[in-house]
Amino acid sequence: MTQGDHPVGDTQWPLWEVFTQSAPGKPHEHAGSVHAPDAELALQNARDVYTRRGEAVSLWVVPADAITASSPSDAGPFFEPGNDKPYRHPQFYKVPSGVKVF
Amino acid sequence: MDANAALVDFLLGLGDDRLVLGHRLSEWCGHAPILEEDIALTNIALDLIGQANLFLSLAGDLEGKGRDADALAYFRIDREFRNHPLVELPKGDFAFTIMRQFLFDAFGYHLLQALGESGHEELRGIAGKSVKETAYHLRHSAEWVVRLGDGTDESHGRAQRALGEAWRWTGALFVPTPAEAALDESGVAPNLAGLEFVWRASVDEVMLNSTLELPEADPPAGKGYRRGDHTEHLGTLLAEMQSLARAHPGATW
Repeated sequence: MTQGDHPVGDTQWPLWEVFTQSAPGKPHEHAGSVHAPDAELALQNARDVYTRRGEAVSLWVVPADAITASSPSDAGPFFEPGNDKPYRHPQFYKVPSGVKVF
Repeated sequence: MDANAALVDFLLGLGDDRLVLGHRLSEWCGHAPILEEDIALTNIALDLIGQANLFLSLAGDLEGKGRDADALAYFRIDREFRNHPLVELPKGDFAFTIMRQFLFDAFGYHLLQALGESGHEELRGIAGKSVKETAYHLRHSAEWVVRLGDGTDESHGRAQRALGEAWRWTGALFVPTPAEAALDESGVAPNLAGLEFVWRASVDEVMLNSTLELPEADPPAGKGYRRGDHTEHLGTLLAEMQSLARAHPGATW
């Protein structure tokens, strides 16, 4: 089996992130990851590891290296500026009774 | 052989094929080449044992001697088992396990699909439920055959050798037992010659994609082993599978 790009010392197949949809119309949510040599076997491995107890109606698998993630050092510049700006939240309106507040 | 005895014999064959192959697959638990495949193989093993439970339960009911699926699975001796020799062969290397699995899955898939139109209602129901699982098993094993065959030199060599070893045991799949011939007549079970035709088409397609070559000779149908004949390997498999139930009859957990 050919091995894709992955960290030196990891002798496993490439990593795939798995997303499951629990019911039609619901979002696909991250469930975990599997190793697989290619997309079809990633889908099968995801099926066997994450859906065999009826947890899903649909599956996505995505090569883990296709995901670009923010790094922990981004947390300050990315997220903190929002913390002291309460006016960005729609919380100064009166909510009519009967409306569910999240 | 009356119609009921033929049906019981046929159901025992369906159940025993799955029970024995399920046990063989379960031997990979904790030993498969990679964690995900370990889970996949044991998953398929559990599906097969679940199917065996359904077929053996129905066999026991129709037999009318008070034997349930457990009694049939754990308290018959090897000569009473009605499985094909193909499924009892040792698990071998991963290539042999996958190749044997593919050849059986293709057989099981077409058989269960045909049984979905059986004249026997309960059999039709079990087949309809089982065929969905088996469609997945076939997809899994067929994809692996292609990857091993069209993979590295070593995987190709091992897959080709496994095909040569497994192939000669497939002829017996399509030699009707007296029960199968009678049930074909009465519309309960499919015609095995027709089944062999669609099975062979499925096998040929996957072999083409895998770059593997079928042995030149057709499987030796009608010679050598038939359904219900056994190699030396079944006895040791049953010794392990049945030891707990025989040491503690009636045990529950």
